[in-house]
Amino acid sequence: MSDAPATGTQSITSGAQAGVAARRNDVRNRWLLASPALTIIVFAALGPLLIMLVYSFLQKGLYGGVIWKFSTQGWFDVFFHKDIFDDTVGFADAHLSIFWRSIRLSFATTILTLLIGFPTAYFIATKSEKWRPVFLFLVTIPFWTNLLIRTFAIMELIKNEGVVNSVLQWAGLITSPIQIMFTDFAIMLGMAYVYLPLMVLPLYASMERLDFRLVEAGYDLYATRWQVLRKIIIPLVKPGMIAGSILVFVPSLGAYVTPRILGGGKNLMLGNLIELQFGQGRNWPLGAALSITLLVIVMVALLFYVRNASRSGVKSHG
Amino acid sequence: MADDVAGKRPFSIKRQPGFGFIAACCFVMLYAPILILVAYSFNAGSSIAIWEGFSWRWYEAAWQNRQVIDASVTSLKIAVSAAAIASCVATMAALATTRTEPYRGMTAIYAAINQPLMVPEIVTAVALLIFFAIIKVNTGYQGLAYLIAAHSAFCIPFAYLPIRARLENMDLSLERAAADLYASPWQAFRYVTLPLMLPGIMAGAMLAFVISLDDVVITEFVKSGGQDTLPTYMLGQLRRIISPEINAISTVLLAISVAVVSVFFVLSRKGGKA
Repeated sequence: MSDAPATGTQSITSGAQAGVAARRNDVRNRWLLASPALTIIVFAALGPLLIMLVYSFLQKGLYGGVIWKFSTQGWFDVFFHKDIFDDTVGFADAHLSIFWRSIRLSFATTILTLLIGFPTAYFIATKSEKWRPVFLFLVTIPFWTNLLIRTFAIMELIKNEGVVNSVLQWAGLITSPIQIMFTDFAIMLGMAYVYLPLMVLPLYASMERLDFRLVEAGYDLYATRWQVLRKIIIPLVKPGMIAGSILVFVPSLGAYVTPRILGGGKNLMLGNLIELQFGQGRNWPLGAALSITLLVIVMVALLFYVRNASRSGVKSHG
Repeated sequence: MADDVAGKRPFSIKRQPGFGFIAACCFVMLYAPILILVAYSFNAGSSIAIWEGFSWRWYEAAWQNRQVIDASVTSLKIAVSAAAIASCVATMAALATTRTEPYRGMTAIYAAINQPLMVPEIVTAVALLIFFAIIKVNTGYQGLAYLIAAHSAFCIPFAYLPIRARLENMDLSLERAAADLYASPWQAFRYVTLPLMLPGIMAGAMLAFVISLDDVVITEFVKSGGQDTLPTYMLGQLRRIISPEINAISTVLLAISVAVVSVFFVLSRKGGKA
């Protein structure tokens, strides 16, 4: 034992060194393996965002594009408006009202999908194990089908000569068609329709793990169904409710296709306002600044979600 | 009292009043618009509200429309290329980020790969418009490569997630056994790892294909002249008078998506059992 340690430690250290070297090698290989995917994403997703940030600080070109001179005009234009006659500066009401509409409609969409999605997810989660995948599949299918087509389908339903108005007129409930298309309501309805699966899926994921013994205990203590729902089920599935809300809120805020089709030219949302700057508006720096503003709002929402998710993760472990 | 209870439904702790009804409404709401659209694609008349009998008329019209055929070919070229590229690089990335102790930068790789899921599409679309405009001016190249690159990028996370899920369910014992039997690392990968991962890779490639095929926003902003895909062609048509031809094209696209996603479900469920 007394003379063994010398050689023993030596072999251990060399072994440890070999281990460290192998590990370093492994990590290097892993980076190499990931590099093609990273290259594509940096080239066609992340990198362009940085270039856009630069563009938001340049002067606008006369016919679109930019002039390579530093300017904060793009950012100024996001929030403020300078009168062309007397140079007075005021808030850019047009932009702010579009911001406000986007937030309002996204919020309303989130609430509507939550009201429909919650009972639906609960319904699926309380079915037998044989039926759950079937219902889940039924929710997922629309999610994977074309958003444009689904928006288009909603349009067929609600337009003046569409199915809803025809049926109502045929039934004699109304004499002239109700104007639903090209209103804020139409946009909200369309977004709720296309993003509904995004609400149901995370809600279902948290309800599937719901411990019904707790629900049973509630009833044993003479709770009513409403009390059980409010005091037991909702607190337990809250992480799913928040996840679903973020998943609906974020794409609603950046929606482009749905408001373009259902809102017509008048009821713009942020996505359409951004597009306008690259089209007729010919104000690329303003468009870039608006995009980054939208991105920041979305990132704040996602951070809120990540914080909430990690906190609830800790809670479930503890 | 006993009679009273017997008359009612047995008390179920899982039941909540009205939830089943709302769920039923939800499923009707999800499917009714799509089904109406599909039904009217077979309408003989050109109205969208009045049924005038069954016919293939609008499918024939779409089939004979040169623009529709061109757009379909463009869509397929882009979707096949993007799905192939995305599933290839996503397979490598999944191998790089699973079955190991966390290492420096692993979270960063993971975040970068999933980045396209977090940024609103319209933001990516205008960023790409700006970036590709610079390249187009400097190189003069106008081809499909821009669209393929853009589609590959946002398809990567969709390909990556099922492949990663598949890999996480595989332990390293079979690869170790192969190494014990003097297989080279490449042989172990080629004959052990790859066949086991294959359902995940197929699933990933299918999702990527569907996602690419359905994309509107990014394509609309990145495309050069004459590069309409089916969705952007349809979006362009919506500005004008809508003919039921669009219904027919939609139905075909829907059928493709549903078929591919169904196969995906079968594949991923089989993968779960293995």
